[in-house]
Amino acid sequence: MSTLVNFKIDGVDCLAEAGIYLVEAAAENGIYIPTLCNIQGVKPRGACRICTVMVNGRPMTACTTPVTMGMEIQNDTPEINDIRKAIIEVLFVEGNHFCPSCEKSGCCELQALAYRFRVMVPRFPFLFPRREVDASNPKIIKDHNRCILCKRCIRAIKTEDGKNIFAYKKRGIELEIIIDPELGGKITDELAQKSVDICPVGALLPREKAYQVPIGRRKYDIEPIGIEDEKK
Amino acid sequence: MGQKITIEPVTRVEGHGKVTIHLDDKGNVKQTRLHIVEFRGFERFVQGRPYWEAPVLVQRLCGICPVSHHLAAAKALDVIVGAGTGDGLTPTGEKMRRLMHYGQVFQSHALHFFHLASPDLLFGIDGDPLIRNVIGVALKHKDLAVQGVMMRKFGQEIIKATAGKKIHGTGAIPGGINKNLSIEERDSFLKGADPMNADKMVEWAQAAVDFFKGYHKANKALIDGFATFPSSHLSLVRKDGAMDLYHGVLRAIDTNGKKILDDVDYQDYLDYIDEEVRPWSYMKFPYLYNIGPEEGWYRVGPLARCNTADFIPSPLAQKELEIFKAYTNGKPNNMSMHMHWARLIETLHSAEMMRELLNDPDLQKDDLVVKGTKVKRGVGLIEAPRGTLFHHYEINDQDQIEMANLIVSTTNNNEPMNRAVNSVAVEYMTGQKEITEGMMNAVEVAIRAYDPCLSCATHALGQMPLEITLYDANNNLIDKKRS
Ligand code: SF4
Ligand code: FES
Repeated sequence: MSTLVNFKIDGVDCLAEAGIYLVEAAAENGIYIPTLCNIQGVKPRGACRICTVMVNGRPMTACTTPVTMGMEIQNDTPEINDIRKAIIEVLFVEGNHFCPSCEKSGCCELQALAYRFRVMVPRFPFLFPRREVDASNPKIIKDHNRCILCKRCIRAIKTEDGKNIFAYKKRGIELEIIIDPELGGKITDELAQKSVDICPVGALLPREKAYQVPIGRRKYDIEPIGIEDEKK
Repeated sequence: MGQKITIEPVTRVEGHGKVTIHLDDKGNVKQTRLHIVEFRGFERFVQGRPYWEAPVLVQRLCGICPVSHHLAAAKALDVIVGAGTGDGLTPTGEKMRRLMHYGQVFQSHALHFFHLASPDLLFGIDGDPLIRNVIGVALKHKDLAVQGVMMRKFGQEIIKATAGKKIHGTGAIPGGINKNLSIEERDSFLKGADPMNADKMVEWAQAAVDFFKGYHKANKALIDGFATFPSSHLSLVRKDGAMDLYHGVLRAIDTNGKKILDDVDYQDYLDYIDEEVRPWSYMKFPYLYNIGPEEGWYRVGPLARCNTADFIPSPLAQKELEIFKAYTNGKPNNMSMHMHWARLIETLHSAEMMRELLNDPDLQKDDLVVKGTKVKRGVGLIEAPRGTLFHHYEINDQDQIEMANLIVSTTNNNEPMNRAVNSVAVEYMTGQKEITEGMMNAVEVAIRAYDPCLSCATHALGQMPLEITLYDANNNLIDKKRS
């Protein structure tokens, strides 16, 4: 039998099952904690830090921290939101994100977060890295310009017998997502679509299916990011 | 050593240009040049991108007529995805795109006439620049200024309903369109409260043509004589010779009206059109290959289209075209200021076409996209507000763009604009030692008639930031004027 625990987010009394991650516990109480690298149902990685909250005065990633009795959590404060905004800005300047022509525009989590946190002009200089488009896979085009290295694709996309299709090569700022040439070459339509959908940005693209949803009917045209949790 | 006069930047054209006028020792105009600073980086930016991005990416070339680039690119990609060369789309696909295009031409022409050109007509070429602008029009001729704003708004709403956004939408996709027109959207245009409905737009467009004709009657010398020079004219026309701004075959006529290109499938444009590079200009000079760079240049845009088309397939505009053609006894019209007349006839045609399309039930159907056998190369042409626009793409085996070639309307009009400036310079500056405001303005007015998009900035408003520098025969600075 699960135990329920009491905790507070921004002074509001909350109740959730002990041991679930803070992002989920918050959502169950109608509170949105932004996430980017996290995907429900897959072991969290804590890679992007956008979900940073203060737990009993210390910064923690809400996607990796289980909730416990009596926790005092700060979430929606000017200081924390500015840290989140800075992280979004870093992601923008560190890649080449040209939203105006990106097919993921309107469905992109990074863009949606930038709107939510009102990113205007980034405080950091643009790096304009030289990155390639890799269109060699028959079903998925990989645009390294837009990859934010969240590794969702690595963690969530597996063959039926549990093998990874996505992996990474190189290190640090040079790190790059690769598709296993053999397994990737045989990827099913379904799994290819799942990869494209799981990528929070436009770094994994399906062939010949761009811009099919008209402006006004795209995911975040209909409802900005975070609202779903806040409606609960 | 002659004198060199520099006028820059040119105001009230979309962008930034610079005119140099070279005088000889006797003060005669030796040579004029219009320098257009236009960096065509887009042909390079798109390399390596998945081909379907082109219509959305390349439209960023322009904030005034992005729809033209959006559609020309989409038409080129129709060919690549095997959806035919202009006639293969579903009725809904083609008609939604046409509606988008007529909305675009309508709003762009309205902007040009009411906001950019009408100040020249209402206040005269020599008019005080402090009032010879759109604010001046708004103060003195409020009704005209308001009409201009509302017509532009109507066109932009049409674009939004078809492309998803007023500027830089995503509506046209390879092989068709991503949405149809809902009944609510349709009714908002057909039954909108005055003045925001299609009937009123037709009425206002007709009134604008009538306004021009009245003005013409009273100012014949200016309208007929200003920057007039013979040239060839090129545009798309429908197979049967009708004006068609969305699709057709290439036709060119010479200054006597003789067809020098007819019924040409634009997929083969490279067999007929070449571009000359001149060391002093960033912008190339297109010409008809079989005639050569000296004589093969041509005009594009409203004047060219009214010259090349045999008729206009909408009744009110056709009536006006008959009057237009009768004025030159059926011969090609070579008067630069008649560009405004032609532009207004097209505005009327666009209004009529929008109304016709809005009443077409095909726009509510759901069959939006077609695809066939993929090929590696596609060319898309459209009659943009400013003239014929060429998009040409080639892709590799992995769906990436390998090559892009764009010839934009303003490039097509490069030589004609240079000729227009020259004709004005000869008329106004021969034997003059000082540059009057009127002379500077005349150069601007001549360029503006072509409605060029010189780069991306807009100088529609405000005081003219003009600077004139005058050198004597020994290259000494003798005068410098700034406004
Ligand atoms: S490709 Fe997409 S899902 Fe994979 S790491 Fe990059 S951004 Fe994340
Ligand atoms: S969502 Fe928690 S670190 Fe990325």
